[in-house]
Amino acid sequence: MGLNRSLRFAFNISKSWIQIYKTYSTCPKFPGAKTTFTNQLQFTETSSYAPIPIFRILGPKGELLNSSDEPKLSEEILLKMYKDMTVLNVMDKILYESQRQGRISFYMTSYGEEATHIGSAAALDLDDLVYGQYREAGVLMYRGFTLQQFVDQCYGNIDDKGRGRQMPVHYGSKDLNYVTISSPLGTQLPQAVGSAYALKDTNRVVICYFGEGSASEGDAHAAFNFSATLGCPVIFFCRNNGYAISTPVEEQYRGDGIAGKGPSYGINTLRVDGNDVLAVYEATKLAKDFASKEKKPVLIEALTYRVGDHSTSDDSSSYRPKEEVSDWLNNDYPTKKFRHYLESRGLWNEEHEEQLLAQANKGILAALSNGEKKKKPKWTEMYEDVYKFMPLHIKKQQDAMKDHLKKYGKYYPIDSF
Amino acid sequence: MASSRLRTQFFSDVIFNRGIFLSEVQLRRYSSHFVYTADSEKTTSNGTKSKMNMFQAINNALDIILKSDSKAIIFGEDVGFGGVFRCTLDLQKRYGKHRVFNTPLCEQGIIGFGIGAAVAGSTAIAEIQFADYIFPAFDQLVNEAAKYRYRSGNLFDCGKLTIRTPCGAVGHGGLYHSQSPEAYFAHTPGLKVVVPRGPIKAKGLLLGCIRDPDPCLILEPKVLYRAAVEQVPEADFQLPLGKADILIEGTDITLIGWGTQVHVLKEVATVLKDSYKVTAEVIDLVTILPWDVTTICKSVCKTGRVLVAHEAPMTSGFGAEIAATIQENCFLNLHAPVARVTGADTPFPCIFEPFYLPTKWRCLEEALKLLDY
Repeated sequence: MGLNRSLRFAFNISKSWIQIYKTYSTCPKFPGAKTTFTNQLQFTETSSYAPIPIFRILGPKGELLNSSDEPKLSEEILLKMYKDMTVLNVMDKILYESQRQGRISFYMTSYGEEATHIGSAAALDLDDLVYGQYREAGVLMYRGFTLQQFVDQCYGNIDDKGRGRQMPVHYGSKDLNYVTISSPLGTQLPQAVGSAYALKDTNRVVICYFGEGSASEGDAHAAFNFSATLGCPVIFFCRNNGYAISTPVEEQYRGDGIAGKGPSYGINTLRVDGNDVLAVYEATKLAKDFASKEKKPVLIEALTYRVGDHSTSDDSSSYRPKEEVSDWLNNDYPTKKFRHYLESRGLWNEEHEEQLLAQANKGILAALSNGEKKKKPKWTEMYEDVYKFMPLHIKKQQDAMKDHLKKYGKYYPIDSF
Repeated sequence: MASSRLRTQFFSDVIFNRGIFLSEVQLRRYSSHFVYTADSEKTTSNGTKSKMNMFQAINNALDIILKSDSKAIIFGEDVGFGGVFRCTLDLQKRYGKHRVFNTPLCEQGIIGFGIGAAVAGSTAIAEIQFADYIFPAFDQLVNEAAKYRYRSGNLFDCGKLTIRTPCGAVGHGGLYHSQSPEAYFAHTPGLKVVVPRGPIKAKGLLLGCIRDPDPCLILEPKVLYRAAVEQVPEADFQLPLGKADILIEGTDITLIGWGTQVHVLKEVATVLKDSYKVTAEVIDLVTILPWDVTTICKSVCKTGRVLVAHEAPMTSGFGAEIAATIQENCFLNLHAPVARVTGADTPFPCIFEPFYLPTKWRCLEEALKLLDY
């Protein structure tokens, strides 16, 4: 019995030593440490992890790669998606030309990225809040922004909700829950996180678009980290289109792209073929369901290609070969790809296409002609909305300008306002 | 910000009197460039008052907001445990971690987050731990918060955002715990900028800022958090933004300041009265943007002599704006040029603080020059 007792004692001792050994050897107590100790000194490299794969549903010719991936979208929605992608292309073409003719001062096309706009927009509800960067006109179009509203903003005329204060393409709509665009890159990211925090008690989510260039801004880091630590239902939607103006992705980042950053922030991440509208839809849908249910962020990196120039102030032929652009245009263009898919299902044909193009052309030209005729907002509006109520010093400046114009008005474009 | 852990440690040690860097005694000695005088503000309510220092008055204001506004949230670095200056003490315990919470250490994130929260309907109250560290958020403040309403044609605004941040000399803060960056923000249409001179003012202005429909920046002179004690009304009250306070009436010279400097100027006025039989009018500007031109110009037209004093450097300091406006509005009433007594055009130096600041002796000398001009 004595022996038995002492054995048991020894056993207990060794058990507790094992416990202690385990605690100190495999479970570091450092605050926040979620790993083990090792005696192997080696680098963790980009290649230590497999790169995140690209989710897709359609092949380059618009063929369904896996018959079980047939989208559960109604024909009506599928057709709306396609129509909006096409109308966006037509609007871009005409507004780009109108800038070249000197009718509007600036424009940015979305060529090649339509699927990222429309696929994500279709997966959200209208009361989900959108923070855009500047190249997401398709999202706004899908939500119901009219051609006239686009044109009015580009002209900065009396019907522009932004009162002519911003450059073209800085759209915004309270009714469509689309926060007005600002030019600084990346600033929208932490703001989207704050809004998502404020909406935590609802079923709404926030989606925030940005480019792979913006992801280099400090605001992107701030946003990823805040969203994860504060548990915010926000979808970070990166349109990785290959270029930030002229800077190619090779000069923008290392590692596994933008998606590769997600898991290190503790953010559930998806990488998707941004030229496949159905894949973008599925990814955004999954992200929305997760963000809304779990009150956590999701990062989506949509890989795409900016077929157009950065803006009307840019000529991309000076930094990338024309063949590269035509290759994407001819061999993996999202709208064409989606059209092939719809045709394969018998939902679309050449006749429909011609009708749609004619209608879109007519619509945008009419909007353009209307928008051009409208007056600008009264020049005195320049002084409004700095604050909710105009302070005295701004009022004085406004009055001084009124007096000045009484004498010198003929030198100012008063008649257009 | 690499130095942020240092600064937290540094100031909480001082606050908790653990005396690792400086003892309370040294703190008092170094920060004795002014004598604090309590407020006799008559505009506040007649209800119960209790003795509070400035951090307690701010804490009290925040408590009132959290109690009365279910949408109010308070966030920033270390605010959860009460903040390095104790302004958010016990608020997390009382209102929960979802309403009073720490953020990661990232100023641009704090302000960006605050803007977004305000856009979506929260009453967002952000703390930047030191005004010296607000610059990573400069873009969010200047390009975003300030322009939100304007650029959207009033579709969206972040008027429900208020930013609190400690500023100014403290006796031992050196380059990065002492700055007064009001002039940077005064150059930004769309923001409102206020500086309280004591507990009553801090409480009333903070509640005013939080309920103001535009984004507000409240710069709290950190040396007053403990040094300034007053009988503060316990009830909810607001003080108006954009209105200067005449603290001492006088006819011979106008002395203008804000924050801690107001107390320096009050001392100068006393010396002028006692030793030189001169009555100085002391004005606390209170709001830097939009500022009370009317009160200032009325006073200067009466006295004909004016001195503006601030801790921030002279070149492009807010004193320059005041001087320009005065000469424009009071040119024929001036008996002497507008004088500025300010911090030197150097970074804020640690051990040289007594020589850097616009002390009462520098202000007095300049005031006497104006009177003899």
